[in-house]
Amino acid sequence: MSRSTGILKGLFEAFATTLREMFRKPVTIQYPEEKKPLSARARWRIVLTRDPDGGERCVACYLCSAVCPVSCISMQSADRGDGRRYPEWFRINFGRCILCGMCEEACPTLAIQLTPDYEFCKYKALDMVYEKEDLLIDGTGKDPEYNFYKHAGIGIVNPKGKNPDEYGPVDIRSNMP
Amino acid sequence: MNSYIPWLIIIIKAFLILFVTLTLAAYMVLAERKLLARMQDRYGPNRVGPFGLLQPLADVIKLITKEDILPAQADRFIYLIAPGVVAGTVLLTFAVVPFGAPVKIGGVTVQMPVIDLNVGALYFLAMSSLGVYGVALAGWSSGSKYSLFGGIRGSAQMISYELSMGLALVPVVMLTGSFSLNDIVAAQSNVPFVVYSPLAFVIFLVSVAAESRRIPFDLAEAENELVAGYHTEYSGMRFGLFYIGEYVNIIVLSALAVTFYLGGWHGPGPSWLSLFWFFLKAAAIAFFFIWMRATLPRLRYDQLMHLGWKFLVPLSLANVLLTGFLALIFHWRNV
Ligand code: SF4
Ligand code: SF4
Repeated sequence: MSRSTGILKGLFEAFATTLREMFRKPVTIQYPEEKKPLSARARWRIVLTRDPDGGERCVACYLCSAVCPVSCISMQSADRGDGRRYPEWFRINFGRCILCGMCEEACPTLAIQLTPDYEFCKYKALDMVYEKEDLLIDGTGKDPEYNFYKHAGIGIVNPKGKNPDEYGPVDIRSNMP
Repeated sequence: MNSYIPWLIIIIKAFLILFVTLTLAAYMVLAERKLLARMQDRYGPNRVGPFGLLQPLADVIKLITKEDILPAQADRFIYLIAPGVVAGTVLLTFAVVPFGAPVKIGGVTVQMPVIDLNVGALYFLAMSSLGVYGVALAGWSSGSKYSLFGGIRGSAQMISYELSMGLALVPVVMLTGSFSLNDIVAAQSNVPFVVYSPLAFVIFLVSVAAESRRIPFDLAEAENELVAGYHTEYSGMRFGLFYIGEYVNIIVLSALAVTFYLGGWHGPGPSWLSLFWFFLKAAAIAFFFIWMRATLPRLRYDQLMHLGWKFLVPLSLANVLLTGFLALIFHWRNV
């Protein structure tokens, strides 16, 4: 094929392609009206959940705060009086959060969880700072059955040794060979 | 009393054309954005008003209310008038375009062009050459490297392509025997000139695309290399003038391509349909420009010069000879 027929063929094909595409349905997803289905494990806005009995799950262990790569979680721990700890205040700066989900993985009580809600833009940066009131929800989130204190070996929800799959405390005086 | 009626008619026509052209230019922007979007599988603007029809209005409001920035390094006076030169020359070109059959209003025959110059074709060439000044001066006076590069490229490009554009018009003038655009249209009442000289039509289209500084010939702008070329520093309504100038230019050049080669306003049906035929033909050419923008990549500077000087100019010269030869043999003159 000579050079000039090559050029002509190239031109023709290019024009034909754009003309053909003009009659195709656009691929754009028009966001506020049309939404893309989220993937099953989509991770967005973070919540603090409660255990099935309605108690706060978070024990203010600082693990999430420590693991967070951008250090956007801060809290103050306090004691409830019965030996159970809770965060006095709990703050996540969503302006910095990268939604990596490491806090969720680190949490021993399954308190902190990422939800599929991604529509929480704000006009002011300071409004992106969520306090405990904004974070704490009434439900149990992803693990409806789980109650940390039933597995922790501490007698706070049930007396010691009365939890499922838990042995009673060993009486060291009668523990004879 | 009768002496001022022609002037009155001219003034009314001028205002009408100004209004219609500017509105058309604004909707040309919308049409281009929509068509480009569809060719790229997008929707394009569809938020302001039904189907985005109010988008041009929103754009104009935005442009007018933006700050008009004057760079410290700029040559003040030239910087300020350059956009006007670009938009003004383009709008002036429209004065000679016959876009419909003459109408009779109360015994007075009103010709459609604002004025029927007997050197209309030359006037068009002169105006498009003057438009280069706007680009070159804007680039030079901005006091920025990118603008200067854009301005230099723009002027070099337009000087090169003006030549082939003028030569492509020679067959038309030869066949008509007149420079007047009215005569040119009248000569095409049976057969449009594109049939006699298709090559000239193609050359004219390519040169005109280069003349309007659009992709694939938008070296003066070249976003990827020169930020925005000659109008990098402009903002607000001065930028708007460049922008409007570009789109009015497309309309004018489409209209002229129709006038010179596609039989102007001639078409089947009664004479009041002539406006419609003219609009249809011009819209087809304008669509082609948009289509071209969606399809072709930008030429490199040397490729541009190569195409202009080594290909189009010799080709159009040969075409002048060929058309003259054929016209002589087949007695085409004043067909
Ligand atoms: S998702 Fe990642 S970035 Fe966000 S709070 Fe949790 S650990 Fe920090
Ligand atoms: S949310 Fe979980 S990891 Fe973070 S402090 Fe509370 S219990 Fe510890």
